[in-house]
Amino acid sequence: MDATPKQKWSLFAVSIPVMLWTLIPLFWIFSLAVKPNSIQADGKYFPREFTWENFRLILTGGASDLFLPALWNSIIVCLAATIISVVLATFCAYAIARLDFPGKKMILLVALGVSFFPVISLVTPLFDTWRSVGLFDTIPGLIIPYLALTLPLAIWVLSAFFQQIPWEMEQAAQVDGATSWQAFRKVIVPLAAPGVFTTGIITFFTAWNDFVFAISLTSENARTVPAALAFFTGASQFEQPIGAISAAAVIVTIPVVILVLIFQKRIVAGLTSGAVKG
Amino acid sequence: MSQIQLKQLGKVYADGYEAVKAVSMDIADGEFMILVGPSGCGKSTLLRMVVGLEDITSGDLMIDGKRVNELAPRDRNLSMVFQNYALYPHLSVYENIAFPLRLNKGSISEDEVKRRVNDAADMLELKDHLDRKPANLSGGQRQRVAMGRAIVRDADAFLFDEPLSNLDAKLRGQMRTEIARMQRRLGQTTIYVTHDQTEAMTLGDRVTVLKKGVVQQIASPRELYEQPVNLFVAGFIGSPPMNFLPARVEGNLLKLPFCDVSFGEEFAPKVAGKELVIVGLRPEFIKDSAIQEPGGNAIHFEADVDVTEWLGNELYAYVPFEADPSVQSKLDELDRDLDGEGMRTQMVVNLEARSRVREGERAKFFFDPLLMHVFDPETGDNLTRNEEAALQIAADSEEDRKRALERARRMEAGATA
Repeated sequence: MDATPKQKWSLFAVSIPVMLWTLIPLFWIFSLAVKPNSIQADGKYFPREFTWENFRLILTGGASDLFLPALWNSIIVCLAATIISVVLATFCAYAIARLDFPGKKMILLVALGVSFFPVISLVTPLFDTWRSVGLFDTIPGLIIPYLALTLPLAIWVLSAFFQQIPWEMEQAAQVDGATSWQAFRKVIVPLAAPGVFTTGIITFFTAWNDFVFAISLTSENARTVPAALAFFTGASQFEQPIGAISAAAVIVTIPVVILVLIFQKRIVAGLTSGAVKG
Repeated sequence: MSQIQLKQLGKVYADGYEAVKAVSMDIADGEFMILVGPSGCGKSTLLRMVVGLEDITSGDLMIDGKRVNELAPRDRNLSMVFQNYALYPHLSVYENIAFPLRLNKGSISEDEVKRRVNDAADMLELKDHLDRKPANLSGGQRQRVAMGRAIVRDADAFLFDEPLSNLDAKLRGQMRTEIARMQRRLGQTTIYVTHDQTEAMTLGDRVTVLKKGVVQQIASPRELYEQPVNLFVAGFIGSPPMNFLPARVEGNLLKLPFCDVSFGEEFAPKVAGKELVIVGLRPEFIKDSAIQEPGGNAIHFEADVDVTEWLGNELYAYVPFEADPSVQSKLDELDRDLDGEGMRTQMVVNLEARSRVREGERAKFFFDPLLMHVFDPETGDNLTRNEEAALQIAADSEEDRKRALERARRMEAGATA
């Protein structure tokens, strides 16, 4: 896509309000995180005083034994859920795109149906089940619901990607002497890479941002950051832990930003490659 | 190096459609076999059955005397060039060509891979493009990469599935000679599918003409042109196509739309009891009386020329005529089989460029009746096919092929020694 300079500038002009709209709340959180607690409620957008106190509090201070294990749990749970979900979805989507088997439409419809299900309605039965089978407050106990949450979307996105890859690619590989597995690994997966990355990132964010499962299926050992934030307390009961919560929010946003920056090109390729044939 | 035998090969799709019906052929070691026919004749299906991408419903496929029906494509050791090239877009040209060599981990050293890829790239003049991605190549270059991938491996045979149909006309001509040169040089058994009869005529040692999954004729290009077995083959081979004229049989006369042709005693039994036949006459066999000296037995006639097309090296003149309704349906059916448009009945005459025949004028033509074919309108069989001449042509072209192959192998041996 080649745009004339005029088109470029008008696109730029349109994107400025969008960027402001999305950046203002983000900067607000940052501003709250670096304000000293005494002026938290002064109603000013830009902080007049600057302090790292809130970050110190959650990383090394009083809140660190609440925050650091939660951060660790979050990372483990989300990475595990993402990897398992992407691998399973890749195989499933490949089968849906390539093989003709009875019940193919059924799988896709059920997957879509599952993702329509309100998450909150699952929590109570899951809580009871998890307690009786011993999964409550464990890391697998969180990974499993996250898989259920992310697999449908992952399967849909990936099967769309696989369907775009011409059949001939694979047939050519087979004629060239590749086994089915080699053809899949050396030809199909690299071609579907943008889709795999897109799916991976969507999956990761879904798990990373989840609050409902995190707060209700954990207590001490497997609590993730979104849930842990709810347990922050102020220095006294008259003080809100706004600063600490904001600092934690800033820290958990960092990996998301890094991920997006690293995979930016691939996500863009993934999101647009479906639109244009060839 | 290998020979491929098809024995009563058949293909029925799951929906009951019979795409290929009992096709048998022997493809000799080093032979260039063409499968040709209009769209939907089963030629591509047949090729994909040979390579293993389609299951074989019935019959046997033998490679070097071994039955390979159930083998997976990778175990048949054939290489194939696809119609849309099927290059791997994420790999460079070098890696695309090297792909088949890298699949058997460790069996081929990196140096050997490099040497073979470079050899193939040399042969196909891809040296300068080895680091580029397929997306940045032109159609002809992509085509050559696909061929490189096919020749880099010691495959038993090359299979081509309409490899030139995505190229423009000029490039197609160049690549055609390139393929012919490569096949001769490597002396490799080759099966080539095309719907283009120019490719079929120029490339093939032998050509198989298919219609609706049934083999019509397997013969050298010259035999197809000179001694076609039936109406379909006669109409398919040749450009512009053969003229089909309805003719009434009266005594020892064939009454054509423009003239009468008498036939000898020996031909009489073949048309006995037939009232109508179809006469086939190639456009290039009809000459302009004004500029060429007719032979002794030439038949002369006059006709109104409707349209002329002057192409620089030749001139096409179109002469419309009324076809007998009883033959018309047969001609229409033939036209449909040949992917035609069911146009008006007209005779095409291919004249020399210096001919003064002009549109709308009456012109004088002549032709040699010995070059005429007579077809049975019911069965479509060629009643004038000369089996002896056909055998002679077949023997000659087989001789030519062996000599060419011999020469290629001598040169190859000389090059490596």
